[in-house]
Amino acid sequence: MSNEKGWKELPIGGRILNPGNSKEFKTGDWRSKKPVVDKSKCTGCLLCRLYCPENAIHIDKDGKISIDYDHCKGCGICSSVCPVKAIKMEEEK
Amino acid sequence: MKQKRIGLTGAHAAALAMKQINPDVVAAYPITPQTPIMERFAEYVANGKVDTELIRVESEHSAMSACIGSSAAGARTMTATSANGLALMTEIVYIAPSYRLPIVMNLVNRALSGPINIHCDHSDAMLVRDSGWVMLFSENAQEVYDNNFIALRTAEDSRVLLPVMINQDGFITSHSLETLEVGEDKEMHEFVGEYNPRYSLLDTDNPHTLGPLDLYDYYFEHKRQQAEAMMHADRVIREYMKQYSELVNRPIDVVEPYRLDDAEFVYVAMNSTAGTLRVVVDMLRDKGVRAGLLKIRLYRPFPWRDVKSLLGDKHKIVVLDRALSPGATGGALYQDVRSSLYGLSTPIVAGYVYGLGGREFTEEQGLRIYEELRDLDDNEPFQRFMGVRE
Repeated sequence: MSNEKGWKELPIGGRILNPGNSKEFKTGDWRSKKPVVDKSKCTGCLLCRLYCPENAIHIDKDGKISIDYDHCKGCGICSSVCPVKAIKMEEEK
Repeated sequence: MKQKRIGLTGAHAAALAMKQINPDVVAAYPITPQTPIMERFAEYVANGKVDTELIRVESEHSAMSACIGSSAAGARTMTATSANGLALMTEIVYIAPSYRLPIVMNLVNRALSGPINIHCDHSDAMLVRDSGWVMLFSENAQEVYDNNFIALRTAEDSRVLLPVMINQDGFITSHSLETLEVGEDKEMHEFVGEYNPRYSLLDTDNPHTLGPLDLYDYYFEHKRQQAEAMMHADRVIREYMKQYSELVNRPIDVVEPYRLDDAEFVYVAMNSTAGTLRVVVDMLRDKGVRAGLLKIRLYRPFPWRDVKSLLGDKHKIVVLDRALSPGATGGALYQDVRSSLYGLSTPIVAGYVYGLGGREFTEEQGLRIYEELRDLDDNEPFQRFMGVRE
């Protein structure tokens, strides 16, 4: 926190002048359970990607998905909507 | 500048000032005794005298919310309310200065319920005392009119960017017809000029986010900025008072002394009561008592340096509060005045609460205050009452 800007340098009124900076805020450590993808089962239907509230599901070159663990909060929605049960929620260690 | 002398109520003086300012957006909800401001302003809108987008909302909470949205979009924005209307919008009243939005509001002072009462006291203004709005008080319709222009310039100044509230006494000022000097529409509008907002959510070339969650890592810095802006307002509002004063050729300042130079017994008050006290001071002077008055026109930021330099050498000071702060060490204005004088050896500072719920304040009450305090020699923060039946 001591590295953050002081009040004289910050934009006034809590404004954020560089929109889209939420990706700089890593929320991955909020997770208690992590989604793990079984690539052999994933069909690349991308239903999980549509449902993910954090936009933390990326499409790989093979058309299947992988998880952005820097931003995934571990809500588990992807796991419950997957039609082929390719995403398992595992305990964070 | 050419001016004409006309008769207006305080409410209609506010409406005329709003017409001459010609704001982009006004959002308001009717409430006594503010209603005649918006009634008259709505006529200006309906008759095409202003270009304002008038938003008729379903509550004061929505009125201030609409003002926040419109000001954030970069529009010059005004509103008006009273008492319980202000109470309902209070959540959003705090957001305006936090987001640094230069909204201007006419507040027609009325007692807060309960028991329900529609008449004048300052409990509504004191409810939002710490919200971060710049607060001006007006003795009469003339000051209501003048304060609107000064308020707008101060609010929109890039060194300030804070909302400003113009107070006037409900019914006593808002519904009483009196003469005042007003300028021509064109020249008055020229004084406020065009508004070039520093930030606008409609500026798609420079997109920004307003209103994100602001936790322990930044919130304090943003509140510190707000405190700094309020300190700037103290200087900036004086500049505009001076500029405006030269334009209209009337003396205007953050405080107004009356027969103060050689005074030993000094009244301090805000709004219309200052007019009554001027008469009381004259009556006491006729009896050989060296009485004086200090009227507070700018309440936030509180002009403590002026109070200290004008009252520091006085023998006895009595501060009149038209709002009750139960259990506190006196009324809100009393605490500010007493704090400003702390450490100085001479003054005895006494406080009275008066005029609650529109109870009339008379010259006789003003004289009785002098009689009651003439022999007072202790300096305890004791809350006294004037005008209540025992």
